[in-house]
Amino acid sequence: MYDPTVARLTYRALLGRRRALILGILPALLIVISVLVRALSGTDDQTASDLLGGFGLATMVPIIGVIAGTGAIGPEIDDGSVVYLLAKPVKRPTIILTKLFVAIAVTMAFSALPMMISGLILNGNGQQVAVAYTVAALVASIAYAAMFLLLGTVSRHAVIFGLVYALVWEALFGSLVSGARTLSVQQWALAVAKKVTDSDLVTSDVSLTTGTVLLVVVTVATTWYAGQKLRALTLAGEE
Amino acid sequence: MTTLNIDHVSRWFGNVVAVNDVTMTIGPGVTGLLGPNGAGKSTLIGMMGGFLAPSTGSVTLDGRPVWRNEQIYRHIGIVPEREGMYDFLTGREFVVANAELHGLGAKEAQRALATVEMEYAQDRKISTYSKGMRQRVKMASALVHEPSLLLLDEPFNGMDPRQRMQLMELLRRMGDEGRTVLFSSHILEEVEQLAWHIEVIVAGRHAASGDFRKIRRLMTDRPHRYLVRSSDDRALAAALIADPSTSGIEVDHTEGALRVQAVDFGRFTTLLPRVAKDHGIRLLTVSPSDESLESVFSYLVAA
Ligand SMILES: Nc1ncnc2c1ncn2[C@@H]1O[C@H](COP(=O)(O)OP(=O)(O)O)[C@@H](O)[C@H]1O
Ligand SMILES: [Mg+2]
Repeated sequence: MYDPTVARLTYRALLGRRRALILGILPALLIVISVLVRALSGTDDQTASDLLGGFGLATMVPIIGVIAGTGAIGPEIDDGSVVYLLAKPVKRPTIILTKLFVAIAVTMAFSALPMMISGLILNGNGQQVAVAYTVAALVASIAYAAMFLLLGTVSRHAVIFGLVYALVWEALFGSLVSGARTLSVQQWALAVAKKVTDSDLVTSDVSLTTGTVLLVVVTVATTWYAGQKLRALTLAGEE
Repeated sequence: MTTLNIDHVSRWFGNVVAVNDVTMTIGPGVTGLLGPNGAGKSTLIGMMGGFLAPSTGSVTLDGRPVWRNEQIYRHIGIVPEREGMYDFLTGREFVVANAELHGLGAKEAQRALATVEMEYAQDRKISTYSKGMRQRVKMASALVHEPSLLLLDEPFNGMDPRQRMQLMELLRRMGDEGRTVLFSSHILEEVEQLAWHIEVIVAGRHAASGDFRKIRRLMTDRPHRYLVRSSDDRALAAALIADPSTSGIEVDHTEGALRVQAVDFGRFTTLLPRVAKDHGIRLLTVSPSDESLESVFSYLVAA
Protein backbone atom coordinates (compact mmCIF):
# COMPACT_ATOMS: atom_id res chain seq x y z
CA MET A 1 0.00 0.00 0.00
CA TYR A 2 3.01 2.25 0.37
CA ASP A 3 6.09 2.26 -1.81
CA PRO A 4 9.09 4.10 -0.38
CA THR A 5 10.65 4.68 -3.81
CA VAL A 6 7.48 6.26 -5.19
CA ALA A 7 7.31 8.37 -2.02
CA ARG A 8 10.92 9.52 -2.39
CA LEU A 9 10.45 10.53 -6.01
CA THR A 10 7.25 12.37 -5.14
CA TYR A 11 8.79 14.26 -2.22
CA ARG A 12 11.72 15.31 -4.34
CA ALA A 13 9.46 16.49 -7.13
CA LEU A 14 7.23 18.41 -4.70
CA LEU A 15 9.98 19.94 -2.64
CA GLY A 16 12.20 20.93 -5.53
CA ARG A 17 13.44 24.45 -5.19
CA ARG A 18 10.82 26.26 -7.25
CA ARG A 19 7.79 24.41 -6.00
CA ALA A 20 8.93 24.65 -2.39
CA LEU A 21 9.20 28.40 -2.83
CA ILE A 22 5.66 28.58 -4.19
CA LEU A 23 4.43 26.40 -1.34
CA GLY A 24 6.09 28.72 1.14
CA ILE A 25 4.66 32.02 -0.08
CA LEU A 26 1.19 31.90 1.50
CA PRO A 27 2.33 30.45 4.84
CA ALA A 28 4.97 33.16 5.06
CA LEU A 29 2.35 35.75 4.22
CA LEU A 30 0.02 34.46 6.93
CA ILE A 31 2.78 34.66 9.52
CA VAL A 32 3.83 38.14 8.43
CA ILE A 33 0.25 39.39 8.59
CA SER A 34 -0.14 37.82 12.02
CA VAL A 35 2.95 39.61 13.28
CA LEU A 36 1.68 42.91 11.90
CA VAL A 37 -1.82 42.49 13.34
CA ARG A 38 -0.41 41.57 16.71
CA ALA A 39 1.94 44.53 16.68
CA LEU A 40 -0.68 47.04 15.54
CA SER A 41 -3.76 45.95 17.45
CA GLY A 42 -2.61 43.62 20.19
CA THR A 43 -4.26 40.29 20.96
CA ASP A 44 -7.89 39.75 20.14
CA ASP A 45 -9.53 36.34 19.97
CA GLN A 46 -12.08 37.38 17.36
CA THR A 47 -9.42 38.92 15.12
CA ALA A 48 -7.31 35.82 15.47
CA SER A 49 -10.22 33.61 14.49
CA ASP A 50 -11.14 35.85 11.54
CA LEU A 51 -7.64 35.84 10.12
CA LEU A 52 -7.00 32.13 10.60
CA GLY A 53 -10.43 31.27 9.23
CA GLY A 54 -10.77 33.88 6.51
CA PHE A 55 -7.29 33.74 5.09
CA GLY A 56 -5.70 30.62 6.55
CA LEU A 57 -8.42 28.02 6.18
CA ALA A 58 -10.42 29.59 3.33
CA THR A 59 -7.51 30.52 1.08
CA MET A 60 -4.13 29.22 2.16
CA VAL A 61 -5.02 25.60 2.92
CA PRO A 62 -6.90 24.88 -0.34
CA ILE A 63 -4.19 26.53 -2.42
CA ILE A 64 -1.45 24.54 -0.69
CA GLY A 65 -3.66 21.51 -1.29
CA VAL A 66 -3.88 22.33 -5.00
CA ILE A 67 -0.13 22.75 -5.37
CA ALA A 68 0.76 19.61 -3.42
CA GLY A 69 -2.13 17.42 -4.60
CA THR A 70 -1.85 18.12 -8.32
CA GLY A 71 1.93 18.43 -8.11
CA ALA A 72 2.23 14.93 -6.66
CA ILE A 73 1.28 13.39 -10.00
CA GLY A 74 0.28 15.95 -12.65
CA PRO A 75 3.74 16.94 -13.89
CA GLU A 76 4.78 13.29 -14.23
CA ILE A 77 1.76 12.57 -16.38
CA ASP A 78 2.34 15.74 -18.42
CA ASP A 79 5.98 15.05 -19.22
CA GLY A 80 5.51 11.31 -19.57
CA SER A 81 7.91 10.33 -16.81
CA VAL A 82 5.10 8.47 -15.04
CA VAL A 83 5.93 5.68 -17.50
CA TYR A 84 8.84 4.74 -15.29
CA LEU A 85 6.44 4.13 -12.40
CA LEU A 86 3.78 2.42 -14.46
CA ALA A 87 6.14 0.04 -16.29
CA LYS A 88 6.88 -1.72 -13.04
CA PRO A 89 5.31 -4.62 -11.17
CA VAL A 90 3.85 -2.18 -8.66
CA LYS A 91 0.10 -2.04 -8.12
CA ARG A 92 -1.45 1.16 -9.40
CA PRO A 93 -3.46 1.74 -6.20
CA THR A 94 -0.18 1.52 -4.28
CA ILE A 95 1.22 4.30 -6.44
CA ILE A 96 -1.85 6.46 -5.81
CA LEU A 97 -1.96 5.78 -2.06
CA THR A 98 1.72 6.57 -1.71
CA LYS A 99 1.33 9.80 -3.62
CA LEU A 100 -1.73 10.65 -1.53
CA PHE A 101 0.26 10.08 1.62
CA VAL A 102 3.02 12.38 0.43
CA ALA A 103 0.58 15.05 -0.74
CA ILE A 104 -1.19 14.96 2.63
CA ALA A 105 2.07 15.20 4.54
CA VAL A 106 3.27 18.15 2.46
CA THR A 107 -0.09 19.95 2.64
CA MET A 108 -0.19 19.46 6.40
CA ALA A 109 3.35 20.66 6.87
CA PHE A 110 2.83 23.79 4.81
CA SER A 111 -0.62 24.64 6.19
CA ALA A 112 -1.06 23.32 9.73
CA LEU A 113 2.34 24.40 10.95
CA PRO A 114 2.02 28.05 9.87
CA MET A 115 -1.55 28.01 11.18
CA MET A 116 -0.29 27.03 14.63
CA ILE A 117 2.53 29.56 14.56
CA SER A 118 0.19 32.35 13.46
CA GLY A 119 -2.36 31.40 16.09
CA LEU A 120 0.24 31.56 18.81
CA ILE A 121 1.45 34.94 17.54
CA LEU A 122 -2.09 36.35 17.27
CA ASN A 123 -3.50 35.46 20.67
CA GLY A 124 -1.29 32.83 22.25
CA ASN A 125 -3.85 30.10 21.60
CA GLY A 126 -6.46 31.91 23.71
CA GLN A 127 -9.74 29.94 23.78
CA GLN A 128 -7.91 27.22 21.87
CA VAL A 129 -8.25 29.20 18.63
CA ALA A 130 -4.79 28.27 17.35
CA VAL A 131 -5.24 24.59 18.09
CA ALA A 132 -8.74 24.56 16.62
CA TYR A 133 -7.62 26.02 13.29
CA THR A 134 -4.56 23.83 13.24
CA VAL A 135 -6.79 20.79 13.59
CA ALA A 136 -9.04 22.19 10.86
CA ALA A 137 -6.02 22.60 8.60
CA LEU A 138 -4.88 19.03 9.30
CA VAL A 139 -8.30 17.63 8.55
CA ALA A 140 -8.80 19.76 5.44
CA SER A 141 -5.32 18.78 4.19
CA ILE A 142 -6.42 15.18 3.90
CA ALA A 143 -9.52 15.91 1.83
CA TYR A 144 -7.85 18.56 -0.35
CA ALA A 145 -4.85 16.38 -1.07
CA ALA A 146 -7.12 13.52 -2.15
CA MET A 147 -9.36 15.72 -4.32
CA PHE A 148 -6.54 17.48 -6.05
CA LEU A 149 -4.53 14.30 -6.53
CA LEU A 150 -7.49 12.98 -8.48
CA LEU A 151 -7.69 16.22 -10.42
CA GLY A 152 -3.97 15.95 -11.23
CA THR A 153 -4.55 12.40 -12.47
CA VAL A 154 -7.42 13.21 -14.80
CA SER A 155 -6.69 16.69 -16.12
CA ARG A 156 -3.81 18.44 -17.79
CA HIS A 157 -5.16 21.71 -16.46
CA ALA A 158 -5.43 20.51 -12.89
CA VAL A 159 -3.77 23.54 -11.34
CA ILE A 160 -6.17 25.96 -13.03
CA PHE A 161 -9.25 23.94 -12.12
CA GLY A 162 -7.92 23.47 -8.62
CA LEU A 163 -7.31 27.17 -8.11
CA VAL A 164 -10.74 28.01 -9.47
CA TYR A 165 -12.27 25.59 -7.01
CA ALA A 166 -10.17 26.87 -4.14
CA LEU A 167 -10.71 30.55 -4.81
CA VAL A 168 -14.15 30.71 -6.36
CA TRP A 169 -15.95 27.89 -4.61
CA GLU A 170 -14.30 27.75 -1.21
CA ALA A 171 -13.41 31.38 -0.65
CA LEU A 172 -16.06 33.30 -2.56
CA PHE A 173 -19.07 31.25 -3.52
CA GLY A 174 -18.99 29.38 -0.24
CA SER A 175 -19.37 32.55 1.75
CA LEU A 176 -22.28 33.78 -0.36
CA VAL A 177 -24.40 30.77 -1.20
CA SER A 178 -25.45 28.54 1.65
CA GLY A 179 -25.87 25.44 -0.53
CA ALA A 180 -22.25 25.64 -1.55
CA ARG A 181 -21.29 25.77 2.09
CA THR A 182 -22.56 22.31 2.84
CA LEU A 183 -20.41 20.96 0.05
CA SER A 184 -17.25 22.68 1.16
CA VAL A 185 -14.21 21.04 2.68
CA GLN A 186 -13.71 24.24 4.63
CA GLN A 187 -17.06 23.87 6.43
CA TRP A 188 -16.40 20.22 7.21
CA ALA A 189 -13.05 21.11 8.70
CA LEU A 190 -14.67 23.95 10.66
CA ALA A 191 -17.16 21.49 12.12
CA VAL A 192 -14.23 19.54 13.50
CA ALA A 193 -12.48 22.71 14.68
CA LYS A 194 -15.60 23.86 16.47
CA LYS A 195 -15.45 20.71 18.55
CA VAL A 196 -11.92 21.59 19.65
CA THR A 197 -12.55 25.11 20.88
CA ASP A 198 -15.28 25.51 23.45
CA SER A 199 -16.25 28.99 22.28
CA ASP A 200 -18.46 30.53 19.60
CA LEU A 201 -15.46 31.88 17.76
CA VAL A 202 -15.55 29.02 15.30
CA THR A 203 -18.76 28.29 13.44
CA SER A 204 -19.68 25.79 10.79
CA ASP A 205 -22.74 25.28 8.62
CA VAL A 206 -22.62 21.55 9.04
CA SER A 207 -22.77 19.29 12.07
CA LEU A 208 -19.74 17.40 13.27
CA THR A 209 -21.25 14.12 12.07
CA THR A 210 -22.07 15.43 8.61
CA GLY A 211 -18.67 17.06 8.32
CA THR A 212 -16.78 13.94 9.36
CA VAL A 213 -18.78 11.62 7.16
CA LEU A 214 -18.38 13.88 4.12
CA LEU A 215 -14.64 14.24 4.75
CA VAL A 216 -14.19 10.49 4.86
CA VAL A 217 -16.46 9.83 1.89
CA VAL A 218 -14.77 12.41 -0.32
CA THR A 219 -11.28 11.26 0.62
CA VAL A 220 -12.00 7.60 0.04
CA ALA A 221 -14.05 8.09 -3.12
CA THR A 222 -11.59 10.43 -4.85
CA THR A 223 -8.63 8.20 -3.96
CA TRP A 224 -10.37 5.08 -5.21
CA TYR A 225 -11.32 6.81 -8.43
CA ALA A 226 -7.79 8.14 -8.94
CA GLY A 227 -6.51 4.56 -8.60
CA GLN A 228 -8.97 3.42 -11.26
CA LYS A 229 -7.95 6.27 -13.55
CA LEU A 230 -4.30 5.44 -13.17
CA ARG A 231 -4.95 1.79 -13.97
CA ALA A 232 -6.50 2.80 -17.25
CA LEU A 233 -4.22 5.73 -17.92
CA THR A 234 -3.52 6.12 -21.60
CA LEU A 235 -0.23 7.74 -22.31
CA ALA A 236 -0.79 9.96 -25.27
CA GLY A 237 1.97 10.90 -27.66
CA GLU A 238 3.87 14.13 -27.56
CA GLU A 239 1.23 16.41 -29.03
CA MET B 1 12.08 -17.63 -25.47
CA THR B 2 9.75 -14.70 -25.40
CA THR B 3 7.19 -14.11 -28.09
CA LEU B 4 4.99 -11.07 -28.40
CA ASN B 5 1.75 -11.72 -30.21
CA ILE B 6 -0.19 -8.93 -31.83
CA ASP B 7 -3.49 -10.32 -32.94
CA HIS B 8 -5.79 -8.28 -35.19
CA VAL B 9 -5.03 -5.13 -33.26
CA SER B 10 -6.63 -1.81 -34.14
CA ARG B 11 -6.58 1.45 -32.28
CA TRP B 12 -8.42 4.60 -33.11
CA PHE B 13 -8.51 8.04 -31.53
CA GLY B 14 -11.89 9.54 -32.30
CA ASN B 15 -12.06 9.42 -36.08
CA VAL B 16 -8.36 8.81 -36.60
CA VAL B 17 -7.42 5.19 -37.15
CA ALA B 18 -3.85 5.06 -35.87
CA VAL B 19 -3.38 1.29 -36.13
CA ASN B 20 -5.52 -0.73 -38.49
CA ASP B 21 -5.96 -4.49 -38.01
CA VAL B 22 -2.32 -5.39 -37.46
CA THR B 23 -1.29 -8.96 -36.81
CA MET B 24 2.34 -9.85 -36.20
CA THR B 25 4.51 -12.04 -34.04
CA ILE B 26 7.72 -10.68 -32.59
CA GLY B 27 10.19 -13.35 -31.55
CA PRO B 28 13.72 -13.38 -30.11
CA GLY B 29 16.34 -11.28 -31.87
CA VAL B 30 16.24 -7.71 -33.07
CA THR B 31 13.15 -6.57 -34.96
CA GLY B 32 12.84 -3.16 -36.56
CA LEU B 33 9.45 -1.47 -36.79
CA LEU B 34 9.80 0.75 -39.84
CA GLY B 35 7.40 3.39 -41.05
CA PRO B 36 7.14 7.09 -41.88
CA ASN B 37 6.11 9.65 -39.29
CA GLY B 38 2.50 9.25 -38.25
CA ALA B 39 2.37 5.63 -39.42
CA GLY B 40 1.25 4.38 -36.03
CA LYS B 41 4.55 3.05 -34.67
CA SER B 42 4.30 4.77 -31.29
CA THR B 43 0.67 3.76 -30.96
CA LEU B 44 1.57 0.15 -31.69
CA ILE B 45 4.49 0.20 -29.25
CA GLY B 46 2.18 1.79 -26.66
CA MET B 47 -0.14 -1.19 -27.00
CA MET B 48 2.77 -3.64 -26.93
CA GLY B 49 3.95 -2.07 -23.69
CA GLY B 50 0.55 -2.03 -22.02
CA PHE B 51 0.14 1.73 -22.00
CA LEU B 52 -2.69 1.88 -24.42
CA ALA B 53 -5.68 -0.42 -24.75
CA PRO B 54 -6.28 -1.82 -28.22
CA SER B 55 -9.68 -0.72 -29.54
CA THR B 56 -10.01 -4.26 -30.90
CA GLY B 57 -7.72 -7.26 -30.91
CA SER B 58 -5.24 -8.39 -28.30
CA VAL B 59 -1.58 -8.15 -27.37
CA THR B 60 -0.11 -11.05 -25.41
CA LEU B 61 3.36 -11.92 -24.20
CA ASP B 62 3.84 -15.69 -24.16
CA GLY B 63 0.09 -16.00 -23.83
CA ARG B 64 -0.36 -13.48 -21.03
CA PRO B 65 -2.25 -10.25 -21.67
CA VAL B 66 -0.20 -7.07 -21.55
CA TRP B 67 -2.95 -4.53 -20.90
CA ARG B 68 -3.83 -3.98 -17.24
CA ASN B 69 -1.32 -6.52 -16.05
CA GLU B 70 1.45 -4.85 -14.09
CA GLN B 71 3.14 -8.17 -13.29
CA ILE B 72 4.06 -8.42 -16.97
CA TYR B 73 6.66 -5.69 -16.42
CA ARG B 74 8.89 -8.23 -14.73
CA HIS B 75 9.59 -9.34 -18.30
CA ILE B 76 9.39 -6.08 -20.24
CA GLY B 77 11.84 -3.21 -20.44
CA ILE B 78 10.64 0.02 -22.03
CA VAL B 79 12.61 2.88 -23.52
CA PRO B 80 10.04 5.60 -24.24
CA GLU B 81 10.45 8.20 -26.93
CA ARG B 82 9.50 11.07 -24.67
CA GLU B 83 12.15 12.93 -22.74
CA GLY B 84 10.46 13.32 -19.36
CA MET B 85 12.55 11.42 -16.81
CA TYR B 86 12.88 13.07 -13.38
CA ASP B 87 15.52 15.58 -14.45
CA PHE B 88 16.16 16.59 -10.84
CA LEU B 89 17.74 13.22 -10.10
CA THR B 90 21.26 12.12 -10.96
CA GLY B 91 21.59 9.32 -13.48
CA ARG B 92 22.48 6.92 -10.72
CA GLU B 93 19.54 7.94 -8.51
CA PHE B 94 17.22 7.47 -11.46
CA VAL B 95 18.43 3.98 -12.29
CA VAL B 96 18.48 2.97 -8.61
CA ALA B 97 14.86 4.14 -8.27
CA ASN B 98 13.92 2.04 -11.29
CA ALA B 99 15.73 -0.96 -9.80
CA GLU B 100 13.96 -0.52 -6.47
CA LEU B 101 10.59 -0.44 -8.17
CA HIS B 102 11.47 -3.90 -9.48
CA GLY B 103 12.40 -5.03 -5.98
CA LEU B 104 16.11 -4.83 -6.86
CA GLY B 105 18.82 -2.55 -5.57
CA ALA B 106 21.94 -0.51 -6.11
CA LYS B 107 23.95 -3.48 -7.30
CA GLU B 108 21.71 -4.17 -10.28
CA ALA B 109 21.50 -0.45 -11.02
CA GLN B 110 25.27 -0.21 -11.09
CA ARG B 111 25.53 -3.13 -13.46
CA ALA B 112 23.00 -1.56 -15.81
CA LEU B 113 24.87 1.74 -15.75
CA ALA B 114 28.05 -0.13 -16.62
CA THR B 115 26.31 -1.88 -19.49
CA VAL B 116 25.42 1.44 -21.12
CA GLU B 117 28.79 2.98 -20.20
CA MET B 118 27.33 5.80 -18.17
CA GLU B 119 29.24 5.31 -14.94
CA TYR B 120 31.45 8.28 -15.70
CA ALA B 121 28.49 10.67 -15.56
CA GLN B 122 26.23 8.82 -13.16
CA ASP B 123 26.50 11.42 -10.41
CA ARG B 124 25.51 14.34 -12.58
CA LYS B 125 21.94 15.61 -12.69
CA ILE B 126 19.96 14.24 -15.62
CA SER B 127 19.06 17.83 -16.52
CA THR B 128 22.70 18.34 -17.56
CA TYR B 129 22.78 15.31 -19.88
CA SER B 130 22.96 15.38 -23.65
CA LYS B 131 20.29 13.62 -25.67
CA GLY B 132 22.51 10.57 -26.14
CA MET B 133 23.32 10.36 -22.44
CA ARG B 134 19.66 10.57 -21.54
CA GLN B 135 18.94 7.81 -24.00
CA ARG B 136 21.58 5.59 -22.43
CA VAL B 137 20.29 6.20 -18.92
CA LYS B 138 16.78 5.38 -20.11
CA MET B 139 18.28 2.23 -21.55
CA ALA B 140 19.91 1.39 -18.22
CA SER B 141 16.59 1.88 -16.44
CA ALA B 142 14.97 -0.53 -18.88
CA LEU B 143 17.70 -3.14 -18.40
CA VAL B 144 18.01 -3.28 -14.59
CA HIS B 145 15.77 -6.31 -14.30
CA GLU B 146 17.19 -8.11 -17.35
CA PRO B 147 13.91 -8.20 -19.25
CA SER B 148 13.31 -10.76 -21.96
CA LEU B 149 11.43 -8.21 -24.07
CA LEU B 150 12.83 -4.77 -24.78
CA LEU B 151 10.70 -2.12 -26.50
CA LEU B 152 12.32 1.06 -27.81
CA ASP B 153 10.48 3.90 -29.54
CA GLU B 154 12.74 5.83 -31.94
CA PRO B 155 15.82 5.18 -29.81
CA PHE B 156 18.29 6.73 -32.27
CA ASN B 157 16.54 10.08 -32.65
CA GLY B 158 18.91 12.91 -31.95
CA MET B 159 21.94 10.70 -31.34
CA ASP B 160 25.31 11.44 -32.84
CA PRO B 161 26.91 8.72 -35.02
CA ARG B 162 29.14 7.41 -32.26
CA GLN B 163 26.29 7.12 -29.76
CA ARG B 164 24.21 5.48 -32.46
CA MET B 165 26.93 2.87 -33.04
CA GLN B 166 27.22 2.15 -29.34
CA LEU B 167 23.49 1.67 -28.91
CA MET B 168 23.28 -0.52 -32.00
CA GLU B 169 26.05 -2.68 -30.65
CA LEU B 170 24.26 -2.99 -27.32
CA LEU B 171 20.95 -3.91 -28.93
CA ARG B 172 22.68 -6.43 -31.18
CA ARG B 173 24.21 -8.01 -28.09
CA MET B 174 20.79 -8.19 -26.42
CA GLY B 175 19.42 -9.91 -29.50
CA ASP B 176 22.35 -12.35 -29.56
CA GLU B 177 21.59 -13.23 -25.96
CA GLY B 178 18.19 -14.44 -27.10
CA ARG B 179 16.16 -11.47 -25.91
CA THR B 180 13.30 -10.13 -27.95
CA VAL B 181 14.21 -6.58 -28.96
CA LEU B 182 11.87 -4.34 -30.90
CA PHE B 183 12.72 -0.80 -31.93
CA SER B 184 10.92 1.68 -34.16
CA SER B 185 12.43 4.02 -36.69
CA HIS B 186 11.46 6.02 -39.75
CA ILE B 187 14.91 5.63 -41.30
CA LEU B 188 15.43 2.64 -43.57
CA GLU B 189 19.23 2.59 -43.26
CA GLU B 190 19.02 2.52 -39.48
CA VAL B 191 16.72 -0.47 -39.53
CA GLU B 192 18.78 -2.23 -42.20
CA GLN B 193 21.95 -1.92 -40.18
CA LEU B 194 20.51 -3.40 -37.03
CA ALA B 195 17.39 -5.46 -37.50
CA TRP B 196 17.38 -9.13 -38.35
CA HIS B 197 13.77 -8.82 -39.17
CA ILE B 198 11.73 -5.84 -40.33
CA GLU B 199 8.07 -5.05 -39.94
CA VAL B 200 6.88 -2.18 -42.08
CA ILE B 201 3.87 -0.16 -41.04
CA VAL B 202 2.35 2.57 -43.19
CA ALA B 203 -0.77 4.59 -42.45
CA GLY B 204 -1.68 2.24 -39.63
CA ARG B 205 -1.44 -0.87 -41.77
CA HIS B 206 1.02 -3.71 -41.68
CA ALA B 207 2.58 -3.20 -45.11
CA ALA B 208 5.42 -5.70 -45.29
CA SER B 209 7.43 -8.12 -43.24
CA GLY B 210 10.74 -9.87 -43.79
CA ASP B 211 14.50 -9.54 -43.64
CA PHE B 212 16.16 -6.41 -44.95
CA ARG B 213 16.96 -7.91 -48.34
CA LYS B 214 13.32 -8.61 -48.96
CA ILE B 215 12.25 -5.17 -47.79
CA ARG B 216 14.99 -3.47 -49.81
CA ARG B 217 13.91 -5.38 -52.89
CA LEU B 218 10.28 -4.39 -52.35
CA MET B 219 11.36 -0.81 -52.12
CA THR B 220 13.73 -0.64 -55.08
CA ASP B 221 11.89 -2.81 -57.61
CA ARG B 222 9.49 -0.10 -58.49
CA PRO B 223 9.33 2.60 -61.16
CA HIS B 224 11.64 5.49 -60.40
CA ARG B 225 10.50 8.95 -61.24
CA TYR B 226 12.80 11.78 -62.20
CA LEU B 227 12.38 15.43 -62.84
CA VAL B 228 14.65 16.46 -65.72
CA ARG B 229 15.38 19.95 -67.04
CA SER B 230 17.48 20.38 -70.15
CA SER B 231 18.33 22.79 -72.91
CA ASP B 232 15.84 21.01 -75.21
CA ASP B 233 13.18 19.06 -73.35
CA ARG B 234 11.25 18.00 -76.46
CA ALA B 235 14.20 16.49 -78.28
CA LEU B 236 15.33 14.74 -75.08
CA ALA B 237 11.85 13.31 -74.52
CA ALA B 238 11.75 11.91 -78.04
CA ALA B 239 15.13 10.30 -77.67
CA LEU B 240 14.47 8.80 -74.25
CA ILE B 241 11.10 7.27 -75.04
CA ALA B 242 12.72 5.17 -77.75
CA ASP B 243 14.59 3.22 -75.06
CA PRO B 244 12.83 0.36 -73.22
CA SER B 245 14.19 1.46 -69.82
CA THR B 246 11.90 4.47 -70.01
CA SER B 247 8.29 3.63 -69.37
CA GLY B 248 6.75 7.07 -69.49
CA ILE B 249 7.50 10.71 -70.12
CA GLU B 250 5.39 13.78 -69.77
CA VAL B 251 6.17 17.41 -70.27
CA ASP B 252 5.33 19.40 -67.20
CA HIS B 253 4.67 22.91 -68.50
CA THR B 254 4.22 24.55 -65.14
CA GLU B 255 7.54 23.22 -63.90
CA GLY B 256 9.17 23.68 -67.30
CA ALA B 257 10.58 20.18 -67.03
CA LEU B 258 10.17 16.55 -68.04
CA ARG B 259 8.74 13.93 -65.75
CA VAL B 260 10.38 10.65 -66.62
CA GLN B 261 9.42 7.25 -65.27
CA ALA B 262 12.12 4.61 -65.54
CA VAL B 263 11.60 0.92 -64.97
CA ASP B 264 15.22 -0.11 -65.16
CA PHE B 265 17.03 2.11 -62.74
CA GLY B 266 20.60 0.97 -63.60
CA ARG B 267 20.14 1.23 -67.34
CA PHE B 268 18.40 4.58 -67.19
CA THR B 269 21.18 6.24 -65.21
CA THR B 270 23.70 5.44 -67.96
CA LEU B 271 21.23 6.09 -70.78
CA LEU B 272 20.29 9.63 -69.83
CA PRO B 273 23.73 11.28 -70.03
CA ARG B 274 24.62 9.34 -73.20
CA VAL B 275 21.44 10.34 -75.02
CA ALA B 276 21.92 13.94 -73.99
CA LYS B 277 25.49 13.96 -75.25
CA ASP B 278 24.58 12.27 -78.56
CA HIS B 279 21.91 14.89 -79.26
CA GLY B 280 23.92 17.84 -78.05
CA ILE B 281 21.44 18.53 -75.26
CA ARG B 282 22.63 20.07 -72.03
CA LEU B 283 21.15 18.57 -68.83
CA LEU B 284 20.31 21.29 -66.33
CA THR B 285 18.75 19.31 -63.47
CA VAL B 286 18.12 15.66 -62.85
CA SER B 287 16.44 14.94 -59.57
CA PRO B 288 14.53 11.95 -58.30
CA SER B 289 11.04 13.31 -57.76
CA ASP B 290 9.75 10.65 -55.41
CA GLU B 291 12.66 9.48 -53.36
CA SER B 292 11.16 10.61 -50.11
CA LEU B 293 10.55 7.73 -47.77
CA GLU B 294 6.86 8.54 -47.70
CA SER B 295 6.47 7.91 -51.41
CA VAL B 296 8.50 4.73 -51.19
CA PHE B 297 6.20 3.59 -48.43
CA SER B 298 3.04 4.52 -50.24
CA TYR B 299 4.27 2.50 -53.19
CA LEU B 300 4.72 -0.44 -50.83
CA VAL B 301 1.21 -0.16 -49.49
CA ALA B 302 -0.32 0.18 -52.91
CA ALA B 303 1.50 -2.96 -54.07
N1 LIG C 1 -3.45 10.47 -28.34
C1 LIG C 1 -3.77 10.65 -29.61
N2 LIG C 1 -4.89 11.32 -29.94
C2 LIG C 1 -5.25 11.49 -31.23
N3 LIG C 1 -4.54 11.03 -32.28
C3 LIG C 1 -3.41 10.38 -32.03
C4 LIG C 1 -2.96 10.15 -30.69
N4 LIG C 1 -1.79 9.46 -30.75
C5 LIG C 1 -1.54 9.27 -32.06
N5 LIG C 1 -2.50 9.81 -32.84
C6 LIG C 1 -2.56 9.79 -34.31
O1 LIG C 1 -2.34 8.46 -34.72
C7 LIG C 1 -1.50 8.41 -35.84
C8 LIG C 1 -0.28 7.57 -35.55
O2 LIG C 1 0.56 8.25 -34.63
P1 LIG C 1 1.87 7.62 -34.03
O3 LIG C 1 1.56 6.26 -33.50
O4 LIG C 1 2.45 8.59 -33.08
O5 LIG C 1 2.80 7.47 -35.31
P2 LIG C 1 4.38 7.30 -35.43
O6 LIG C 1 4.91 6.96 -34.08
O7 LIG C 1 4.56 6.22 -36.42
O8 LIG C 1 4.92 8.60 -35.92
C9 LIG C 1 -1.19 9.85 -36.20
O9 LIG C 1 -2.08 10.25 -37.19
C10 LIG C 1 -1.44 10.59 -34.92
O10 LIG C 1 -1.84 11.90 -35.17
MG1 LIG D 1 6.37 7.89 -32.95
